[in-house]
Amino acid sequence: MQVKIVSKNFDIPNSHTLEVARANGRYSTVEKVFSMNPDDIMEEVTKSGLRGKGGGGAPCGPKWKMMPKDDPRPSYLIVNGDESEPGTFKDRQIFEYDPHLLIEGIIASSYAMNIHDAYIYIRGEYKFWSDRVDAAIEEAYAAGIIGEKIMGHDYSLNITVHRGGGAYICGEKSALIESLEGKRGHPRLKPHQKECEWFFDNPATVNNVETIASVPFIVENGAEGYRAHGTKSSPGTMLFAMSGPVKNPGVYELPFGEKMIDFLEILGGGMQEGKKLKALIPGGSSCPILTAEEVQTAVLDYESMWDIGSTLGTGGMIVIDDSANMVEVAKNLIEFYHHESCGQCTPCREGTSWIDKILKNILEGSGNESDLNTILDVCHTMNGKTVCVFAPAVSDIIVSIVKKFRHEFIEEFKKNNQTK
Amino acid sequence: MSKFVYTQENEQEFQRLLKKYPKSDSMMLPALWLVQEQLGWVSPEAMLFVAEKLGKPPIEVHSVTSFYTMFNLKPIGTHHIELCKTLSCMLMGSRDLKKHIKDTIGIEPGQTSVDGLFHLTEVECMGACGGAPALALNGKYHEKITCSGLDELVKECKSCK
Repeated sequence: MQVKIVSKNFDIPNSHTLEVARANGRYSTVEKVFSMNPDDIMEEVTKSGLRGKGGGGAPCGPKWKMMPKDDPRPSYLIVNGDESEPGTFKDRQIFEYDPHLLIEGIIASSYAMNIHDAYIYIRGEYKFWSDRVDAAIEEAYAAGIIGEKIMGHDYSLNITVHRGGGAYICGEKSALIESLEGKRGHPRLKPHQKECEWFFDNPATVNNVETIASVPFIVENGAEGYRAHGTKSSPGTMLFAMSGPVKNPGVYELPFGEKMIDFLEILGGGMQEGKKLKALIPGGSSCPILTAEEVQTAVLDYESMWDIGSTLGTGGMIVIDDSANMVEVAKNLIEFYHHESCGQCTPCREGTSWIDKILKNILEGSGNESDLNTILDVCHTMNGKTVCVFAPAVSDIIVSIVKKFRHEFIEEFKKNNQTK
Repeated sequence: MSKFVYTQENEQEFQRLLKKYPKSDSMMLPALWLVQEQLGWVSPEAMLFVAEKLGKPPIEVHSVTSFYTMFNLKPIGTHHIELCKTLSCMLMGSRDLKKHIKDTIGIEPGQTSVDGLFHLTEVECMGACGGAPALALNGKYHEKITCSGLDELVKECKSCK
């Protein structure tokens, strides 16, 4: 069931070095890129239906087309490698095993948008991986693949790795740019009409690492080649990750449209001995939770996940077994969001703190059923009333746990009454 | 209050990176990383130094430094243990590791051991969910870590002090 487009070279020893990368096809698309018109590349990417792999799933081509044409200001490509969504560890694989694929993708994407400076923002914790990407960039500069004249063509491109400082919110594209501008990572207000991003008031595009790494395949095989995989509305593949008590946790590249249960059973190897599936968070912790029953029929593409009231997110699945207490699961996640809320908007800053306190009280034995209504009420106040989608995501996951596992909260209250 | 300056090597690195951005404002995080690599934390003197270098009010440097959790605002122990506590790691046993650290080294999150050798920070998702439970020791990831594996790491740290 695996289709290896982005992960093709992952298993080759030393695939991160330029020598091995080149021997295995890296940079083979550069000549084709420069033989094409930039607009044609943009059109091909648009037709391929490539969607952003960072969680939102927005189409990549239309995003690129929002870059203003013939603007006298310099334009920038910013690659989002902040990867901090709990359950997500896929971009890390690209940094580790195929950084040259990312550089190749940056060359094609930059050329399509007439960009000469690209930044790769990598979360601060990934020091090993940012060093690895840095080393690959150095190799590429030394070999004339990037820099003044890309492989002899009259086009210059500089790529710089920028390390974050350990803030989840910097994965939000406008917060990421604020951070890249040397400020606190506070998301920006969104314009009424869709437009590109702005880096020091210059046009910029922010794309996820995996999205950019998918571009060389599209250049090589055309939109149709990409569309040969996946579904009509979710074409191509995605690096799906699996963690929790399964036999083979890890990252696997699958075409969209596969059954979730097959992924879990076949590639994930099923649950560890003696453990039973209770629930699954499908695409990083911000996606509404699925019960074991829902997992049986869930299909891995954007539309199918929306149909069952969840989202595909980053494709990083967290498997939860029957020994887990769902109140503790909710508490663990709200601690994460409470810690990571940037503090800019009151509903988010206060809401995450408030729910954290309520769940703490429940686990300490002083909760009652009215707490659940308070949690839902706070979630309602957080949803859709803030600058970015952080608060709505918190609301979605917490509401889904409280609604689908209400009985476990009731059990917790009963347990407490008995011990009193 | 003694003045902070970069080592010659870090000054060169600062100047090299400075050329890569359209404005020096972008050098905030890289400048702070160089400070922390040199000092182990970001001292008030170092903040003044960065502020002067980037032409910013010192309060702005403090504001940024305190926003990003990886910058230490106080000196920490020689060896920094960052233990992941988020969901996948919790499901796979990070709470046992936390207890084990308390029992063997005697520190809880946010504390430095009496001998100054170890500092424990409980961190949110490190992006090592497939290798849960995970921790980073002095920035290096160790995945699928067990209590005995942790003991080995601690022993290594003690022998190289």
